[in-house]
Amino acid sequence: MNQTIGGVPITPELMLFGVIGGAAALCAVGVVAFNNAVRSALCLVVNFFLLAVLYFTLNAEMLGITQVVVYTGAIMVLFLFVVMLLNLGGSKMLHEKPDPKKFVGILLGCALFVILGAQILPQLMQVKPMELTPELAKYGGPQAVGRTLFTEYAYPFEAVSVLLLIGIVGSILLAKRRI
Amino acid sequence: MADFVQHLHPAWQALIRVICFVLPSFLLVPMVIWWERRLLAWMQDRIGPNRVGNITFSRSSHLIPSILKGKKFRLFGLMQPMADFAKLIFKEDITPTAVDRLIYFIAPALALFPALAIGATVPWGPFPWITPVADVNIGILYIMAVSSFGVYGIVLAGYASDNKFSLMGGLRSSAQLISYELAMGMSLACIVMSTGSLKPSAMVTAQSAPLWGLDYPPFNLIQNWNVLTPYGLVAAIIFGICMIAENNRPPFDLPEAENELVAGYHTEYSSVKFATFFMAEYLGMVVYGIILSTVFLGGWHLLPIRFDWMATNYKNAGDIWNLLDTLNGSSLLAPVWVILKTCCVASTYIWIRGTLPRLRYDQLMSLGWKSLLPFATANLVVVAIWIVASKVASPLIGWVAVLISAFILFGLYKAINRLNTKNRPNLASRTITMVDTP
Amino acid sequence: MNGVPLGAYVGLGLFMFTTGVIGVIVRKSPIVIFMCIELMLNSVNLTFLAFARYQMHAPSSSSEQVQRSMMAGQMMVIFVMAVAAAEVAVGLGIIMAIFRLRDNVDIDEMNLLRG
Repeated sequence: MNQTIGGVPITPELMLFGVIGGAAALCAVGVVAFNNAVRSALCLVVNFFLLAVLYFTLNAEMLGITQVVVYTGAIMVLFLFVVMLLNLGGSKMLHEKPDPKKFVGILLGCALFVILGAQILPQLMQVKPMELTPELAKYGGPQAVGRTLFTEYAYPFEAVSVLLLIGIVGSILLAKRRI
Repeated sequence: MADFVQHLHPAWQALIRVICFVLPSFLLVPMVIWWERRLLAWMQDRIGPNRVGNITFSRSSHLIPSILKGKKFRLFGLMQPMADFAKLIFKEDITPTAVDRLIYFIAPALALFPALAIGATVPWGPFPWITPVADVNIGILYIMAVSSFGVYGIVLAGYASDNKFSLMGGLRSSAQLISYELAMGMSLACIVMSTGSLKPSAMVTAQSAPLWGLDYPPFNLIQNWNVLTPYGLVAAIIFGICMIAENNRPPFDLPEAENELVAGYHTEYSSVKFATFFMAEYLGMVVYGIILSTVFLGGWHLLPIRFDWMATNYKNAGDIWNLLDTLNGSSLLAPVWVILKTCCVASTYIWIRGTLPRLRYDQLMSLGWKSLLPFATANLVVVAIWIVASKVASPLIGWVAVLISAFILFGLYKAINRLNTKNRPNLASRTITMVDTP
Repeated sequence: MNGVPLGAYVGLGLFMFTTGVIGVIVRKSPIVIFMCIELMLNSVNLTFLAFARYQMHAPSSSSEQVQRSMMAGQMMVIFVMAVAAAEVAVGLGIIMAIFRLRDNVDIDEMNLLRG
């Protein structure tokens, strides 16, 4: 079938992207829309997982699996912990009155989307992916990422590890009842 | 057979691969349940279940052919897991009214899915047309990612049960899981460093090289299984302990402890959902056993002996060595060796269950963070020293460097420990001594 | 993937970003605001990787330069992930410390720098 959507031909890959990207967008809306904090967190988990799948379609396999390990497996577990320890889901839900300021907020957000989108999206819809030679196709693999991380980007790598150490020390200090 | 599979559409190939992985894993679970009960019983000096399935034909009924009259067939209790599942299915399925319905229903599935999906990148044999399910470049990281997913089933089960004890059990269990994931990842990272690839199939191939990279006899005759290397042994022990903790098996099963938290995160689950949690635990045992045997114990080779070197060197009896080499590593018996090793790992699980008492929660956390994680990190440093020393000089110099560095690192660890607890009594290791009073 | 234009990925990233912005403005629970911040960071990650894959460069640049810019996108994403992880740890610690003092879940009430 040679149909197009807005000038872009429909291919099976586009349909697959539509399904995954649409589900990710729905989950993103779900994060904001649910009153129950646990359901928001679960929507975010599904969103991160679908994003990892999208990273795989972009040939960035190392980053995709790192997204699952770091975001879905660690950060969201931490979020769920805090939500459950503080009993934020269920009975202690914040019953938010319908607020006119919220409507203005949503309107401004949509205006942001429309303004930014109108500038960049029509031009970017025409860009096709670059043809990958076999050696360039491995750019997302662990060997290439590791080599670049430890040679060209060694200094930022060490700086980020110091930052993570500071994060660990800081969170332990914040959690102690008596210092 | 290989050609037939390779000419199919990729979707059919994927389905066949998945079936060839999922079906043996599911069939191993009742076997492991039966074996656990019998082995645990043997260790505790009793007989386990041996009645279910025993058939005794009557001697006087006219409906039985005369050959079978009075004959007894013993099944050694092998039908016991079937009886267990039948009982669990026919139990009443009680759902409390105040639970969060959606999360309550998907939590058992979320616990079962990672237990099954972990083994997708692990090969059962040297047959690339059918195993592993997905031979991706990031094999070991996939295992870490899916085992991180296993936390969700437990946390959500504990939360959705609307029961404070379940919530506490779920939170404790997930804290335990994420603590032991770190040391597990570090110990796998040691093996990744020494092998140079993240694929489990590459790790098994690298383990059929000569021992420690030395190319002269007698080291030539032995395969370089990762347990036989200094860093690999430490990494295997750390991985084994973390594996047991990841599975919530005794001695790490505090979240399910009956005398403390009722039944922990699966208190409010009955019948089929409980059976799902049960099955997820045993499936995790099987799959982690497969991973341990692939990464550390040499994968699909039965014996760590290099028959191919013998075949090239003793050419007059070359046929026997070739036959032994095929039996060892390349024939259709390769999955059988994997299952055999998995059963050995499962037996070790059961052995540890029958021997060690349950760890208290603070003991569990301090073991994970204060002992296993520093040891795993120190092991990483040792692996790096081994790799450099083995490449620059010979592996025997590597052994010497490894022993020296391990000594130094261990001394550092003890010194830091002593510095930290100088003014405080060591509360974590108070022991209760049992006195033999007559 | 072949056949998917760059605008699709960037459009999805933009949608997620504005959803995160709306969430930060509209929601009252600090944890959900934190989650929306994570959503924004992830949308930025997706955009970086999309641009790294779809190199919109002039045809005359060498393969070395292309390789470099592809890897630069990935490195950026790695560092964003690491910083987000550290930020979540510290931020959730702060939230728990505040919640221990006052049993309040409304961020509009926390408008004093002290106490």
